[in-house]
Amino acid sequence: MAITVRVVDRPVEEVSYIRATLKGMGRTLSHLLKFNDRATVQYPEEKSAISPRWRGTHRMLTTETGKAKCVACGLCPTVCPANCIKLVPGEDEEGNRYPLVCEIDEFRCIFCCYCQEVCPEEAIHVGRHYENSEYSRDGFVYDLQRLMDQSHPVCEMWDPEDPKGE
Amino acid sequence: MNVAYALLQAADPNLPPISGTPFFLFTVVKMIIIFTIYMVGVALLTLAERKISAWIQDRHGPNRVGKGWLQPAADGLKNFMKEETMPAGVNKPLFFLAPIIAFIPALTAWCVIPFGAPLPTRWGRIDMVVADLPVGFLFVLALTSLGVYGIVLAGWSSNNKYALLGGLRSSAQMVSYEISMGMATIPVLLLVGNVSLNSIINQQAWGGWNVVNLTVAFLIFMVAAFAETNRLPFDLPEAESELIAGYHTEYSAMKFSLFFIAEYANMVTASALMATLFFGGWDVPFTSRDNIGPYSGWLTLLSIGIFLFKILFFVFVFMWIRWTLPRFRYDQLMSLGWKLMIPLALTYIVLIAAIMLGLSAADIQPGMLYATILGSTNVAILLILFAILDRGRIISPAYGRLHPRELERMRQVTRRAQMAAEAGR
Repeated sequence: MAITVRVVDRPVEEVSYIRATLKGMGRTLSHLLKFNDRATVQYPEEKSAISPRWRGTHRMLTTETGKAKCVACGLCPTVCPANCIKLVPGEDEEGNRYPLVCEIDEFRCIFCCYCQEVCPEEAIHVGRHYENSEYSRDGFVYDLQRLMDQSHPVCEMWDPEDPKGE
Repeated sequence: MNVAYALLQAADPNLPPISGTPFFLFTVVKMIIIFTIYMVGVALLTLAERKISAWIQDRHGPNRVGKGWLQPAADGLKNFMKEETMPAGVNKPLFFLAPIIAFIPALTAWCVIPFGAPLPTRWGRIDMVVADLPVGFLFVLALTSLGVYGIVLAGWSSNNKYALLGGLRSSAQMVSYEISMGMATIPVLLLVGNVSLNSIINQQAWGGWNVVNLTVAFLIFMVAAFAETNRLPFDLPEAESELIAGYHTEYSAMKFSLFFIAEYANMVTASALMATLFFGGWDVPFTSRDNIGPYSGWLTLLSIGIFLFKILFFVFVFMWIRWTLPRFRYDQLMSLGWKLMIPLALTYIVLIAAIMLGLSAADIQPGMLYATILGSTNVAILLILFAILDRGRIISPAYGRLHPRELERMRQVTRRAQMAAEAGR
């Protein structure tokens, strides 16, 4: 099998080093002078917007009286594919169910948002939030109080009627 | 305060040069001031490089440590605190010596470059140059060619393949380009009739800047200066993508930092030389008072400012080009140096000498007409040169236009290979 060399004869405009150099210098200078148009986002001071459907760490919504909306129905630990929700139901004198223990291990969580979808009371939500850091692994097991204390906005689930979220 | 004010007053241009004890005192002061400004300036240039690269790439650049201004200080501190690694099998004395050899010549070259109009004092005239050597320019050439030893020795003593390759490349590159660099300055020396840098500046103050008189020499000198300082597009000794870091692969901490400083120092020295040889040095444009006096402190300050501006402009050009152009291939580098720059420089020397001979035969004195004739000759040469380069292959990419002869040769090779394959089958 003979080696064939494809010989291409390109026009001067494409191969001239001088023209390409001058063009490139012009291009870099024009970028140099665009002082107000920088691509960098200065992260801790500026933050880029995150999607309304962002799925971050959980948040438990509360009623007007400050109690958790959760009725301890047990749907979320059942649906959870990562098995990260621990729920112990309790019942008060009037027969209302409430969670005695509600712990979510955010390290195990895969942020699928099934718990928010399945919740009949719209109590548990995943949040639009990404700055999580703790000194130990235990710090990522959120108890009921901590879930209620979170204040970041919550995820807006995908709506089939409005697929682009407009 | 009175002394400071007296220093800034106008004075007689025919003041004798300073001598005796004040000479020694002021020389020491000049040395200290130059060294300090130079080192701080070089440190700030590392910041400038990062800022300019960032702006060219639409980023912000360093802006955290003291709004970015203290970044060089932070880098310096980091380099002092880092561990000095000593790889196995290095040649210890040379390994230590190499960064020093790389660093010293760049610094020393500065002592003959005049940086301002003379300063009159009650003790006499102080020339704004550390040592006014009569052989000024030859001294600079001698020192800048020493810089290559630091790089070669660093590459050799590191006991590392990549470092050795970087060192070898740099020796070949710097030796090749030194020739055209030296030759590009010969027209300047012809025009001046002297090698003292002060007389080169003086000649330009009266006869027009050499960038007009000798544009082609300036371009050759500039390209050679890029190669001499190992800056892109000629940074083959470093070549991160091929040789890790080239000659300073094995260096760490302050020893690496010395190479880094040396690179920037070389860049400043090359810029100062370009400004001195081709852009009138500290000459203030459009006036002649800075050349005949009466001198004064204000004039000195102004001329130093002008010189600084010229240097910084060239430093900016160095950085601008670095962040625009990619690295040359090794054979392109060599063919550019030997096939284009050296013949061009030689032809140019002959041409300029002939023109000068003709002008002196026609009894035209250096001045407006002289500069016009030289300048228009240069424009003509440049036009021809650009037309040739535009179509040529010396600095074209590999897929560039081929000469018809080359094309025919390659086609024949292909044909022959096909015929051989058919005959063999």
